[in-house]
This record gives sequence, structure tokens and C-alpha cells, in this order.
Amino acid sequence: MTAVPTVPAVPVVSVRALRVYYGTLRGTVRAVDGVSLDIGAGEVLGLVGESGCGKSTLGRGILGLLPEGAASDGEVLYNGQNLVTMSDKELRGLRGPELGLIFQEPMTRLNPLMRIEEHFAETLKQHEPSLDNREVRRRSLETLGRMGIPPTRFRQYPHEFSGGMRQRIMIALALVLRPKLLIADEPTTSLDVIVEAQILRILADLREDFGTALLLITHNLGIVAEACDRVAVMYAGQIVEEGSARQVFSEPAHPYTRELLRSTISLDTTKLHSIPGAPPNLIAPPSGCRFHPRCPDAMHVCVTKAPIEQALDGSRRVLCWLHGPAGEVPDDGWSQLERQQIAVAEEA
Amino acid sequence: MAATEPTDRAPVGSKRRLGGLRRTLAPVSEARGMTRTMLWFGAGLTLSFILIAVFAPVIAPYDFDTFQANGQRFAQLEAPSADHLMGTNVQSTDVLSRIVWGTRTELKVVLVSLFFSITIGVPLGLLSGYFGGKLDRVLVLVMDALFVFPFLLLAIVIAFLLADKVGQGILTAAIAITVVYIPLYFRVVRNHTISVREEPFVEAARALGARPFTVIRKYVFFNVVQNVPPLATLNAADAILTLAALGFLGYGIQPTDGAEWGYDVNRAVSDAASGIWWTGLFPGLAIVLLVVGLTLVGEGLSETINPVLRKRPKVDVDLGSTSEDEAGIL
Amino acid sequence: MAAKGTSLRQYALTRLALVIPMVFILLTLVFLLMRVAPGDPISSALGGRVPKEEVDKIKADLGFDRPIYVQYGDYLADIARGDFGTAITDRREVRDIIKENGAATLELTFFAMIVAIVVGVTFGLLAGRFRDTWIDGSGRMFGIIIYATPVFFLGLMAQLFFGSYLGWLPTSDRASPIVDATLDTHTNIYTIDTLINRDWDAFVDVSKHLILPAVTLGLVTAGVYIRLVRVNVIRTMKDDYIEAARARGIDERSVVYNHAFRNALVPVITVVGLTIALLLSGAVLTETTFNWPGIGHTLILYLQNRDYTAVQGIIVVFALVVVLASLIIDFVNAYIDPRIRY
Repeated sequence: MTAVPTVPAVPVVSVRALRVYYGTLRGTVRAVDGVSLDIGAGEVLGLVGESGCGKSTLGRGILGLLPEGAASDGEVLYNGQNLVTMSDKELRGLRGPELGLIFQEPMTRLNPLMRIEEHFAETLKQHEPSLDNREVRRRSLETLGRMGIPPTRFRQYPHEFSGGMRQRIMIALALVLRPKLLIADEPTTSLDVIVEAQILRILADLREDFGTALLLITHNLGIVAEACDRVAVMYAGQIVEEGSARQVFSEPAHPYTRELLRSTISLDTTKLHSIPGAPPNLIAPPSGCRFHPRCPDAMHVCVTKAPIEQALDGSRRVLCWLHGPAGEVPDDGWSQLERQQIAVAEEA
Repeated sequence: MAATEPTDRAPVGSKRRLGGLRRTLAPVSEARGMTRTMLWFGAGLTLSFILIAVFAPVIAPYDFDTFQANGQRFAQLEAPSADHLMGTNVQSTDVLSRIVWGTRTELKVVLVSLFFSITIGVPLGLLSGYFGGKLDRVLVLVMDALFVFPFLLLAIVIAFLLADKVGQGILTAAIAITVVYIPLYFRVVRNHTISVREEPFVEAARALGARPFTVIRKYVFFNVVQNVPPLATLNAADAILTLAALGFLGYGIQPTDGAEWGYDVNRAVSDAASGIWWTGLFPGLAIVLLVVGLTLVGEGLSETINPVLRKRPKVDVDLGSTSEDEAGIL
Repeated sequence: MAAKGTSLRQYALTRLALVIPMVFILLTLVFLLMRVAPGDPISSALGGRVPKEEVDKIKADLGFDRPIYVQYGDYLADIARGDFGTAITDRREVRDIIKENGAATLELTFFAMIVAIVVGVTFGLLAGRFRDTWIDGSGRMFGIIIYATPVFFLGLMAQLFFGSYLGWLPTSDRASPIVDATLDTHTNIYTIDTLINRDWDAFVDVSKHLILPAVTLGLVTAGVYIRLVRVNVIRTMKDDYIEAARARGIDERSVVYNHAFRNALVPVITVVGLTIALLLSGAVLTETTFNWPGIGHTLILYLQNRDYTAVQGIIVVFALVVVLASLIIDFVNAYIDPRIRY
């Protein structure tokens, strides 16, 4: 891994207390519930969590690409502007030249009736209408070339490419305008391992090749360890731990991170370890600390009071009563929650 | 805890047939907005016609071929009046009564034909789709050839041929319509059966040693049959149009057997030159209304059952309380 | 592992090969259907009006006294040569019937198709784009109502209103009697012929006669398009590449026009093929209502006269036309959507 800055100097994007809620017939889903995050220029930030923890919503929420029926609140600061309150038109102007997003399923993300050339032409001309065709072609081929796509295939259709190549095309399409931040939502989940490695290499080198910061959203810890400078762990719509990848993985501060690492299978694994319980209900999340029903270190205070974010050494922060602040915990709050009680809480 | 969405491919045991039915109809109650309005409005229209057909003897002021009362012949081509709310036609029969009795004819013929189309087309499609092989290939070729041919022309030809053997009338028209729509059910059911056949849970059942008919009965049938109601309602709408067309061309019901709207419109064509509008307008409107009713129900059903078109109801989001506030309450 | 681009030609050949069995089946079906009736066609058509010896002679002439498989062979051989039979009642060759009356039907269905596509696609696109708004609702209701309206009823009402009541447009025939008698026919398509002859008055007359039938038939067919286009637009707007395009900042208008509408219309091309079948049926009814001398009307007249050979010949032509049309549609489809060329 390349040298890691301890604190991002000037963040490209600053997320402050972002909330994204969806309305459904069964109640309001709190997909993102008060998330604050900084992404530094050129850094690779990993965002990990189980399925359904809200990480995809967070990624899309930063870009304002939310479906109908979603409402958001809070701040996403980019270049001094708050993206949450920005008009649709202005936001659209930013997507592409400043902010990029690539998706999980490369197979369906390209229009089957349009050649690759047309995809690029559309994107470039949308944001820089004054470009002439030759320039459009030059820039497209240049970016595609960096992704390993030869110019001879520029006029082909999406279905003529394999999954891995399509993902590279998507990345090229997202980078052709040189955005400052690229958000990658599970970019390699649907690809096989070898192709995954290739794509990851491309993403990890974004800083050198394009100077772009990357928010890598995934549920795969291995990817994060390999490609990311820093990592944020997400659970039930909140960031429970954040810090440099090396530190978080070697000394996890939050029990959830610890359990996640333990459940990862490696060549040393002799016994399978899983986190008991089920992912939390985002409509009516557990009281206090949302992880308490499944936490082996849960204390009584964890049930009654929501934890307060604590800054640890370096640039770490964690959302867990184990790390204090001690002053906020009532006297009887320190006692361990018995296994039985945890089981009951599970049922709830 | 979050309830599970009704899935469209869940295996259904024969014992829990009622549960399967409820699950099939669940999307209907979830329908919102325009789909809901369509469904209920269409159902209302269709139901009204069904009621009219059932209670025809009570509702119709006269019989469909009554041309006199109290020994006095009715006026010919009389405009709508108190005695004859929709006027009379060239044969001095009451237009309103013919509309009411006509409802019976239309529904009777169409329902009977569709019943037979379905009972022949669906099993053939199931067997053909599930077992494949030579039988399947032959059936597909034949059905496709029939399907490609215009419905009406096919019906006319069949009605024409049968007219000699069986004589014109309700039976002829019914058979013509039955034959014409069998390929439709066959095709849809066969295609769906083929895709369901490849589903993992069917494969699993086969791996467990289940006999083909058991598999079909328990797993395939209910999945596939879900397609039939919307298809059948839309089909009924189409069939009414075909029947009316047959009647218009003279290949439908004999005037002595009953009243038929298409036939009435045909009779009204010559009245048009004299500016007589009621003999044609009312039967025509009846056709339009009944077909609209059936189409609305059919469209509504296919929208609710087809997951691609189903729309999540929009619910307002309240961003009011933040989590910190909630924690404090405890 | 990129797939090698399968050429359009390969697809064309494969598709053609598949068509042959279908044509065979249709031809055989028609042949069998015609033989299902009791007795023989000649007696049914002419019996009672013509002495028995005449009937027997005609029977022998037309080959109805030979064994059935020989008749079948002759039938197929004739069709291969383009001979679709001769009518019993008026001895017209089906070939000529098609040429003369077919042109009339072609003219009618062509303009009706244009009306159907313009009205149908426009309303369908609007309804799908503005789903669940009043635009969608009224578009759909319009489509449902006109589809539910039998073409003969709509025609009748049109005749009453525009013809009898307002007196703006003629209500039957292809042209006024004078024009009809003096028209110099080349293609038998009156609109074209009058233009070739540079006879503007005749052109206007013929066009006026065309309006009511074409618009009536077109409107009724448009109902199908509205429903289909709408559903396709809705489906397409949910596709993943739409979201991906928005993520690149493409403005909504471009997303809708270049991605959604374009992709939504692809399956519509297929339905154009199916609507040809619909149009043929509708043509029969429209021609009868407006006394338009097309193939449909002619077929009905021959049916009424129990002229089996004429009916058989015309139906065979219909079947071939329909198969040909679906073939063309498939080619167009493969041209537009590169994925289809297996």
C-alpha cells in the first residue's frame, strides 16, 4: 500500500449529519441516519458493511441520485456548496465533470442499442458542448486506452464485451471528464476473482493516474484491505468506526468491526465464525446502540443510551460505549449484558 | 419485523390452495392510484352488464322480437319516446329490449367460448411446454401459424364453413371464437411453463424424484395459471368485438335465436342515410361500454400482477425526529 | 470473450429457413378447411342455378373429380407458379382479383397504418413518460375507448356525422362516379394514379373519399399501439442504463428521448407486424361499411356466394402476405437491435 496521510488535508467532499429516509407502506426506512464523513483529495476511502446497512444509499445520497419517495437532510459539502440543498440542474452539472458513480452490474448499465462511441460522445457533449467530434474521440480513446480497451473496439456494442471489460468501459466513462471524486458501489461484486483483481488495480491507482479520490463501497473486507487508505465501517445507517485501513484492521476498536474481521475466511481459518442475530430493522432500529442485540461486549448502557462519537489516536473515531465518554455512562450502566438478555433482545 | 413480499414464483402446495389464491390476489388489494380506479370502474361496468344479462326478463320492457302489444303493431323506426326509451327499429322491435336481451347473448357466447378455449389451450400449453419434444414442435408450428392469421378472418372462415354443417347461430359463432383463441392461451401458457420449468425449485423437486404430473400439479400449474385471469378478461373483450363483427357481417346469431348488437348495427347502416341514429347508436354504445369495462379490469389485473409495472405507493417521509431524540425517550 | 458480430445476412438466411414450414402448414390448413365442407365446392356455388352437366364439366375442368392427394399436389404446384385459382361464380382469376382489389385495400391500410402509428405512438409515449398523471390517464382511456369501439360502429357514426349531418365528406366508395369512370389506372392506387395523371381535382376527390375510412380504421388500431408503447416506456425507464446515464449528469430530456423512447420503441416494431393482421381484419369490416372495393369486401361477397375457390385463393394470399410481413418486421428488428442477430 502507498504512503497514507494521517489526516486528509483538504477534503474533497465533507458529509455532515446526512440523513436519507425512504417512505414505505410499513414505515419510514432510515437508510442513512446521521452520517459524517470526509474524503480527502486523491485518497481511497473504503466503506464496508453488511447488505442493507445503507452504504449504497449513502453513496447515491452524496450524488443526490435518490429514487422517488426518498428525502434527505444534512450537508454534503463540495467546493463550498451544499449538494443536499442544491437545485437539480446544478447537481446534474456536477455529475460527470466533478463527481462520478459506477455501479455493481456492468452488464446492464450500458444502453444496448448505443455504441460505446455514442456513450462517450453523449457524456462529453453534455458537459462540454463546444467540443468537436475529433476532440471527443481523442479524449474518449485516451481514457479507454488507459483502461486497456483498444481503439478498434470503440464502435462496438455493449453486448460484444465481457463483464470485466464493460466495467472498465464504465470506469472510463466516469473518468473521461476527470472528476475529483469517484464513488464505486460494489464495482467488483458481480465479477470473477481474476477480473476483480484487475479492476481493483485500476481503482487503486486512480490517484496516480487521474488524481481522483475514490469512495469504494463494498461488503468485502479483503478488497478494502488491499486497495484502501482509510476505511469506514457502517452499521444500521451509521458509521461505527473510521480510521486508516491498517489501524482498523490490526486493532479494530468497535466490536462489530472485530466480529466482521473474525468472520472473514482466510487460509488460516479452521472454524467458521458468524455474528449472531439478523441485520437490524431500519424502520424501527434497536434502542440505544443499534448493535447491542448482537454485540458480545454489550453493556446495560448500550440498551438505553445511544453512544456518542469518540475520537481516538490519530484520525480514528468510533461510536461505542466501550470507548467512553465515561462521564456519560450511569453507574449501573457498566455491567455486562448477559447472554440471555441478548437472546431476548434478538427476538424483539 | 419486516413482512415478506408476496413472491411470484414461490412454490405452492395443493393443500394451501386458498393461501395460494390469497397470495395471487394480494397485489390487487395493494393497487393504488389509477390502477385501482381502473380496476374498480371496470369491474363496476362489467358487473352491471352481467346483472343486466341475469335479470334480463325483469329489466327488458319487451321481448327481443316483440313487434306488437295489445294487438297493435309498434311504430316502425320511432324515435326515442316514453313507450320506447331507445326507439324502435325497422322491424318495429324495441331497441332497448334488444340491448338488454343482447347482453345475454353476448355474454353467453363469449363466456362459453372462452371456457372451452381455456380448457383446451391451457393444458395443451402446459404439457407442450413441460414435456417438449416432437409433440411440442408440431403443436408450436400449428399454433403459431394460426396465431399469425388475423383473428377475424379465421373466425369468418370457420363460421362460414360450419354454417353449412351445423347451421348458423350461436353454436357456430361460439365454436369459431373458441378455435380462434386457443393458440393465444397455448402460447402464453407454454412460454411461461418453459421458464418455470427451469426454475431451481422445480429442478429440486425433480431431483427429489417427484413424478412429472406431481411437479406440474404442485409447482408449475399455480405459477402459470396466474397469467390466465388478466389474459382471459382482455380476451373476453376481444371476443365480444369478434362476435359483434361476425354479427355485423351476418355470420353470427340468427335473428330468431336472440338479439345481437353487431347484427343490429348492420341493420342500422341503411337507416343512417335517412338520419335515423337511434337504431345504430345504442347497440354500438353497448358494445363499447362492455368492452371498455372488460378491458379496464384486464388492464388493471395485468398491471397488478406484473411486477415490472407495479408501482410502489409513494409515502411521505417525515424527517422530523432524529435518532438522538429517540434515544433520549427511553 | 467478445462475440463476433453476426451479420444481418446470416440472420436473414436462418429466418427464411424457418418460414418455409410455417407457410406449408398454413397452405395445408387452408386446403383441408376448404375440403371440410360437405359435397363439393362447385355444387355449393352453382348448384341449382346451373344444369348438372355444366356443373360436372366445370368440376372436371377445375380438377375436383380427382383423388384428394392429386388435388393437393396440383394446389401446391399452382401456388408455386403464382396461380391461386379461378373463381367459380364469375370466372375471375384470383390473381387478377388480388391485383385490382388488392390495390384498394393496400391504399386503405397504408394510410390507416400511418394514422395508427402517429396517433398511437404519440399518445403512448406521452402516457408512459408522464405516468400516473392526467396525461397518462386520459391517454390510456382514449386508447381503451377507441379500441373498444368496433370499427364498423365508428365508421357508421363517422358517416352519420361527417357525411349526413355536416355534409363535409363522402361516405362511401373510392371516388365520385365521374372520376371513377374516367380514371386512367396505372397502379390501381387512386391517389398515386391521379398524381401521375396530374389531375388535381380527381386527386382531391379521391383523397376526400379516403379520409373517413382510413382515419376510422387507423384510430381503432391506434388503441393497440397506445397500450403497447406506454408499457414499454414504463419498463424502459426502469432499466439500469437509465440510472447510469443520470449518474453521468445527462439531462432528463436527453435521457428520455435518446435512451428511454428509443429503446422502448424497439419492441413496437414487432407489433407493427402483428397489427398488419389486425389491419387486415379491420379492413374487411371497414370496406364493408364504406363500400370500399378492397380484398376484404370482395372476400365477403364471394363468401356470401359460396365461391369456395375464390375464397380459398384469397385466403392463401392473405396467409402469404401475413407471413411475409412478419418476416420483414423481423429483419427490421434485427437491423435496429444488434442483440437479436443470433
